[in-house]
Amino acid sequence: MKTTQILIAGFGGQGILFAGKFLAYKGLLEEQQVSWLPSYGPEMRGGTANCNVILSDTPVGSPIITAPDVLIAMNLPSLQKYVDTVVPGGQIYVDSALIDEKVARTDVEVFYIPATQMAKDNGIATLANMIIVGHLLQNNPELSFEGTDTVVEKLVPPKKAALVELNKKALTLGKEYK
Amino acid sequence: MAERVLMKGNEAIAEAAIRAGCRHYFGYPITPQTEIAAYMAKKMPKIGGVFLQAESEIASINMVYGAAAAGVRVMTSSSSPGVSLKAEGLSYIAGSDVPALVVNVQRGGPGLGGIQPSQSDYFQATKGGGHGDYRMIVLAPASVQEMASLTIKGFNLADKYLMTSMILADGTIGQMMEPISFEDAEIETYEKPWALTGTNCEREHNVVNSLYLKPDELEVKNFERYERYKIVEENEPMWEEYMMEDAEYCVVAFGIASRVAKNAVAAARAEGIKVGLIRPITLWPFPKKALLAAAEKVKSFICVELSMGQMIEDVKLYTQCKRPVSLCNRCGGMIPSPNEVLEAIRKAQKGEC
Repeated sequence: MKTTQILIAGFGGQGILFAGKFLAYKGLLEEQQVSWLPSYGPEMRGGTANCNVILSDTPVGSPIITAPDVLIAMNLPSLQKYVDTVVPGGQIYVDSALIDEKVARTDVEVFYIPATQMAKDNGIATLANMIIVGHLLQNNPELSFEGTDTVVEKLVPPKKAALVELNKKALTLGKEYK
Repeated sequence: MAERVLMKGNEAIAEAAIRAGCRHYFGYPITPQTEIAAYMAKKMPKIGGVFLQAESEIASINMVYGAAAAGVRVMTSSSSPGVSLKAEGLSYIAGSDVPALVVNVQRGGPGLGGIQPSQSDYFQATKGGGHGDYRMIVLAPASVQEMASLTIKGFNLADKYLMTSMILADGTIGQMMEPISFEDAEIETYEKPWALTGTNCEREHNVVNSLYLKPDELEVKNFERYERYKIVEENEPMWEEYMMEDAEYCVVAFGIASRVAKNAVAAARAEGIKVGLIRPITLWPFPKKALLAAAEKVKSFICVELSMGQMIEDVKLYTQCKRPVSLCNRCGGMIPSPNEVLEAIRKAQKGEC
């Protein structure tokens, strides 16, 4: 039995919900049990946003994550709010272009990725989220990077077809980041 | 197997309603159920249906009343404060014995309350809400798949028993996405000889009305209605039992609370505590027999709710107070963690409830 609980948090507008949707959709296509739960309400309008994604090979119980296996923090308030909730042995992904602080905990794996800067440098300013997702998938063989192209093609609406290649580029940047 | 797609709970309700043959939606926006109206606004015009954003909740429920009287499948949706506004219409619909589907994606109350998930409209849904003697069939989905299947079931039951079916969901189930497929949807259709469809000068006029000024006539109407309700109570209770076979303790929870409770039951089992879960799927008719049967074998009950304790009254009533019932609750938009529920189960085991 394998269950991965992923908490993604940042500002509204950073593609927090989309990153979660991407992971959930990937799980769906791989015949996993999945749930995706967004924060909703006034905080979505420019404030903090977060979403809970659970990928499992057994039916998902509570969709609410209280102790994530993986935390993606895309701003400082989110890191501060959730850093202590991550399970020992879990992973934390920090957008180090936006967050100067280092994680003090020693019982978790921490990955610092200057995703927002990388996105700007590569002309895909709004896709820092997908850079981090690419890195996450590369680091976790059981989630696997394979199949991401199909998910992007399914998920990006036809009206925004131009974004397909850009999303793939962002995922690859994250995959190759050392 | 039909293709699984990812959908929000609210969207699943709207899509299921369309598949059930609903072509009339009247509503007024309110968080956290607005996706239902948005979905209907997008889809209805393309399939020859009616989407209408009314000037208020009161207007929309009365439009539902009118469309129901005309014999079409019709629905409205709202969230807690909006459903309070619809209460008068709900009573008129019940008094006129016409079928309708009403969705309540609950948020914290009372008053304007908040917008985060809640289950504190249990009393309103199961005990009345509007005035007079009446009941609604109350269905409590715990997954996105059930948001769809119970919507279809709700339309079927409403037509079968000439009642309102209410989907009593909450902000979490409304907002979350899960895989869903529509393959098993069984759409039932019922003749509606009472409907106001125009006589074509070929039959007597039909009248849909809830006004009976002669008390003896009104009494007979109520007696007849409650005969029908009896059949619903006999035939339609739905519930799920989880790890109840050898259970010594029984958690009772519905909707999102049951999802949290399931995690806690699994964790308690891992500690060797023999605990199970009964999840009412119909809140009215309440699964009385399941609860009474459980009361014969378990030592105590733990009721988990997102309210100050509303369903717990029915749990006590239908277990005939044979066993102690403790409450594990959060409210106002807060949700208990699996650990909080686990702690309540541990306390029950120690006999501290």
